[in-house]
Amino acid sequence: METVTRRLSCIVCPMGCLGEVTLNGAEIAGVSGFTCPRGEKYAREEVTAPKRTLTTTVRIKGGHLPLLPVISRTALPKESVIECARFLSNVEVKAPVSEGDIVCANILGLGVDIVAARDLN
Amino acid sequence: MVNTYDVVIIGGGPAGMAAALSARKTGAERVLIIERDRELGGILQQCIHNGFGLHRFKEELTGPGYAGRYIKMVKEDRNIDVMLDTMVLNIESDKIIFAVNPAQGMIEIHAKAVIFTMGCRERTRGAIRIAGERPAGVFTAGAAQRMVNMEGYLPGKKVVILGSGDIGLIMARRMTLEGTKVQAVLELMPYSNGLTRNVVQCLEDFDIPLHLSHTILKVHGKERVTGVTCAKVDDNRCVIPGSEFDIECDCLLLSVGLIPENELSQQLNIDMDALTSGPIVDQFRQTSMPGFFAAGNVVHVHDLVDFVSQEGEIAGAAAAQYANAELSAAEKTLKVSGINGVRTVVPQRISIADGQAQPVRLFMRVAQTEQRVTLCIESAGEMIQSRKLPIAKPGEMIVVELPADAAARCQDQITVSLKREV
Repeated sequence: METVTRRLSCIVCPMGCLGEVTLNGAEIAGVSGFTCPRGEKYAREEVTAPKRTLTTTVRIKGGHLPLLPVISRTALPKESVIECARFLSNVEVKAPVSEGDIVCANILGLGVDIVAARDLN
Repeated sequence: MVNTYDVVIIGGGPAGMAAALSARKTGAERVLIIERDRELGGILQQCIHNGFGLHRFKEELTGPGYAGRYIKMVKEDRNIDVMLDTMVLNIESDKIIFAVNPAQGMIEIHAKAVIFTMGCRERTRGAIRIAGERPAGVFTAGAAQRMVNMEGYLPGKKVVILGSGDIGLIMARRMTLEGTKVQAVLELMPYSNGLTRNVVQCLEDFDIPLHLSHTILKVHGKERVTGVTCAKVDDNRCVIPGSEFDIECDCLLLSVGLIPENELSQQLNIDMDALTSGPIVDQFRQTSMPGFFAAGNVVHVHDLVDFVSQEGEIAGAAAAQYANAELSAAEKTLKVSGINGVRTVVPQRISIADGQAQPVRLFMRVAQTEQRVTLCIESAGEMIQSRKLPIAKPGEMIVVELPADAAARCQDQITVSLKREV
């Protein structure tokens, strides 16, 4: 089986460790170069099923701002991020909203809730 | 109407809020935050991406989330007053502040100590002198960020971004998620000044081209931007003739640097550092004028908000002590300067009072990217402390803690330099 080494920059924290994942076909044969376990976890996920946290805004009625910042409670599949952002551009909520309130439950059936990132009255 | 406070803080962003809380904790009876925006939080409110607060709160928060935690703490303290929509016009050297707002008109405020936490502003097109007409559609990245994330306007549909610092990178992703086509990000330097994680998740994820060692020569269009002429630059950042090409766009975002906002400090003739563009401060963040303190991006541009909050706390505590006449005047001042590759050091002075040296944390930036260097802190020919750095980048602040015993060994002058390994 062919062994491939992929160099990855970790995106978990601002340190940005540069590490390596060795792949034996689809099997992960080794992970090295990351300074913390979160980096190793990221690398394993990145070569199998990459995920990203989404931050965007939705429209809000009756608030002191026209937009409410929102965040996905956990990371979404990377390939669905744009589609989720497009979907949220049509969502509208009503003030008042508290940080952590669910703005969109189980977005696109991906099992992840989109929640408010701030209080808005 | 005259208002009297122990500590008055100018700017209600992360530095100002941390300063207010810390001043109260250290014994200031009455504290006032003056903020010109409609709410507290400063620039954090428009930074809706996550990644804030890993040091401070041990979790990854959005900008509004980080601000929200501080706003809650500020609101819970009845002895911290907040004036919103309020612009400070002038400060006298005897700490009389004149401010104005729509509700109260002109206000006179008397303070025992003042803390500057005004943050910074962006460099504009004028600062980098791009040729062309003055069409609509040229914005600084931060102005566009506020429009997109808070006001509900999209500044363009086809965008070119000049500058690959973190704000430029974050805006490339943000505009893409809002349905805008980001044609390219251009960077004058041969490397991105942003964090690697932002290059990966803001550009590579969306296949946005990053042209390193490139600049913009001309903006096209008369009423509205129609495109830009770009070119490659050589090692001396000079345009390489014949390398010009055009990119079509209706919007140009500039992410070309930040400048601490010090009009108020300069009106008072406070000593400034020409390299940081902020006031010269000691380890308590006291400026050259007794009783005037400064913290956060108004002193030097930070990478992480966590450090901004920390600096606010230092200034807040010292300002409260000053207001209560508990901050001893310096008997001796040590001058700290960066040489040989170290561009800036904060604090620029270390005050020694009561014969006691205290631990001091130094924040430094290098002039250019260097590999395998040793950071040397020396005084009167003696090596006080050193640290090996595998890599040092201008975009990443270096923090070194100088313990009390090391600070005590320092003479009048302290230098911080880089030495290449041989």
